[in-house]
Amino acid sequence: MISRNPQLNAEGKLTHLLTLEGLPASVITDILDTAHPFVSVGEREVKKVPLLRGKAIFNLFFENSTRTRTTFEIAAKRLSADVINLNIGASSTSKGETLLDTVDNLVAMNADMFVVRHSQSGAAHLIASHLAATGRPHVHVVNAGDGRHAHPSQGLLDLYTIRHYKRDFRALSVAIVGDVLHSRVARSLIHGLATLGTPDIRVIGPATILPTGIEALGVRRFHDMRAGLAGCDVVVMLRLQSERMRGALLPSTGEFFKHYGLTAEKLALANPDAIVMHPGPMNRGVEIDSPVADGARSVILPQVTFGIAVRMAVMSIIAGN
Amino acid sequence: MKTEIRGGQVVDPASGLDRSASVFVADGRIAAIGDAPEAFRADRVIDATGLVVAPGLVDLAARLREPGLEHKATLESEIRAAVAGGVTSLACPPDTDPPLDEPGLVAMLTQRARLLHQAHVHPVGALTHRLDGAELAEMGELADAGCVAFSQADRPLTDVQVLLRAMQYAGTFGHRVWLRPQDAHLSRGGVAHDGEVATRLGLPAIPVIAETVALATILAVVRATGVRVHLCRLSSADGVAMVRAAKAEGLPVTADVGIHHLHLCDVDIGWFDPLANFVPPLRATRDRDALRAGVEDGTIDAICSDHAPVDDDAKQVPFAEADPGATGLELLLPLTLKWASEARVPLVRALARVTSLPAAILGVDAGTIKVGAPADIVVFDPRRPWRVERGALESQGKNTPFLGLEVEGRVRATLVGGAVVHENS
Repeated sequence: MISRNPQLNAEGKLTHLLTLEGLPASVITDILDTAHPFVSVGEREVKKVPLLRGKAIFNLFFENSTRTRTTFEIAAKRLSADVINLNIGASSTSKGETLLDTVDNLVAMNADMFVVRHSQSGAAHLIASHLAATGRPHVHVVNAGDGRHAHPSQGLLDLYTIRHYKRDFRALSVAIVGDVLHSRVARSLIHGLATLGTPDIRVIGPATILPTGIEALGVRRFHDMRAGLAGCDVVVMLRLQSERMRGALLPSTGEFFKHYGLTAEKLALANPDAIVMHPGPMNRGVEIDSPVADGARSVILPQVTFGIAVRMAVMSIIAGN
Repeated sequence: MKTEIRGGQVVDPASGLDRSASVFVADGRIAAIGDAPEAFRADRVIDATGLVVAPGLVDLAARLREPGLEHKATLESEIRAAVAGGVTSLACPPDTDPPLDEPGLVAMLTQRARLLHQAHVHPVGALTHRLDGAELAEMGELADAGCVAFSQADRPLTDVQVLLRAMQYAGTFGHRVWLRPQDAHLSRGGVAHDGEVATRLGLPAIPVIAETVALATILAVVRATGVRVHLCRLSSADGVAMVRAAKAEGLPVTADVGIHHLHLCDVDIGWFDPLANFVPPLRATRDRDALRAGVEDGTIDAICSDHAPVDDDAKQVPFAEADPGATGLELLLPLTLKWASEARVPLVRALARVTSLPAAILGVDAGTIKVGAPADIVVFDPRRPWRVERGALESQGKNTPFLGLEVEGRVRATLVGGAVVHENS
């Protein structure tokens, strides 16, 4: 049984980024601090630093993603690494190759780091423990989203964004709205916020999409969005996948928007300086109203910019440990 | 062939016998306990000093993976595992490929098992054709071929009318019906207990009501038809409470639990350990505690190995994609002893859960040491520690969440029909 936190080495340093759960606050803060100067790298004429020159980073995407893959690719290239993109959805596994066989083959091509997205919760842990069990601890794994479990780089960029606008986590109310059940983004953000001492974390949604026992993660559960938003400093809207209508979880996008869509009227219940976040891609008119998404309190586009810097920080820290 | 098992602690749960004595075996049966029969000359003496002499274990669920799944295990490999674990009679569920819904398949399986002269293999036939839950399997023909009971293995019946008719039909002829209570829709897509662990890990969940809703349905049909049902692999505290109430009401039901659910809970999934992927899922600590209490107070009649040898390839995948189950035949005895010692249950009562009581559920002449009974016997050292390791297991499936655990209780000799089929000095 795997009991030790599998992403920390014997000295407690980060060698993989698999989840924010169990990461010490100091490690999270270090990543956020490291990301700060990288934001300006993107604003330069020459958008490159030589930190990962000569390193081979494989973007291993078993599930479709444009945005996350692109931001990881940009981050790796700004660090001067060689980036190889594999969309396995249309590659080996459809020919019957197992996940670990794919990994072994790429390690044989001298991969230094994998950025992995997979539809199954725990896929990144599986790869990391396989690399450890087969004596290849120098190969690093960054979880770019595994099933419903974790999306730690998204969680970190959300934390970076919140810190940028709000400074101190220890005085904040953060509301996360929508499909928490299926959301790796929500899980990672909740762990990160809790670790950094956020006193009031709320999840808002109907009972069908708030998972059993979520309170154990240190959150309060609200079904009434107006009550849940009252006095919040940060509102995080989650993406609602259209297939949720098929599983009898919700009747329609229209009804969802009526109860849980973020409108200017509902946002008015939050604190006057509350910020609005969304991991993207947005469904306008489903979970968020366009005037809010494009409004003065929306920090959705800065999230994307910060995301590149945060991913640069993650990859440079991991590769150095 | 005459054998004397000399000077062991003879424990027979059926009669309550628990004393130091010699057991004399002749012509495949137990000839005497205590004093030797007149003119008994042993061809072979097994020194059982300091050891327990008990009925061979009777296991209600051991997948042999034949026919069709020989890459996971074979009849030969798993029968060896059975006798190495002191199991002398086992029931194999019908979830083979194809399923055990053809008398020819069943006859072939029992015939091949008989030729091995090791553990007794009692196939459980498919309740419905191909286990698809629509048409009844030929229960009469299957019983003639050797099936002792009928079940859906781990495939729930979705159509309650089929359930009703299957039970009415089986009841007409006195066929035994075994059912694992799980609602097909409530468990759809799930791989872990619906609780904090599944929520934290983002694993699709199976709520407890998947078990209790199915139990309520089955119990209603039992109440309506009077047909006896054996309930397999209880997993939840609420399920145990329902079975306790059903028994108090006088409904003709019995129940079992797998060894894994008696010792583990969802927390043991750790960071997505595929070895902890089970059907039904490992549930919360309170569920495990209720299962243990249920075994103690007799709500749960039998403990079974729920043996499911799984090849490495099928476990080296993400948690939800892993084949569920674990090898268990060789762990049934030590893990039953572990439960007994932790729960302070006397040996004779603990062994009843893996000998006389499952034998009664199976309806076979086994699970007891008495004069005239078949000499299916296990001789074991109850305090001898050993470590569960791949190399220590005979089963072809080496995967179990207990790998690395030190357990007590090592089989020294297993006799089936008076013949020594396994020895370990």
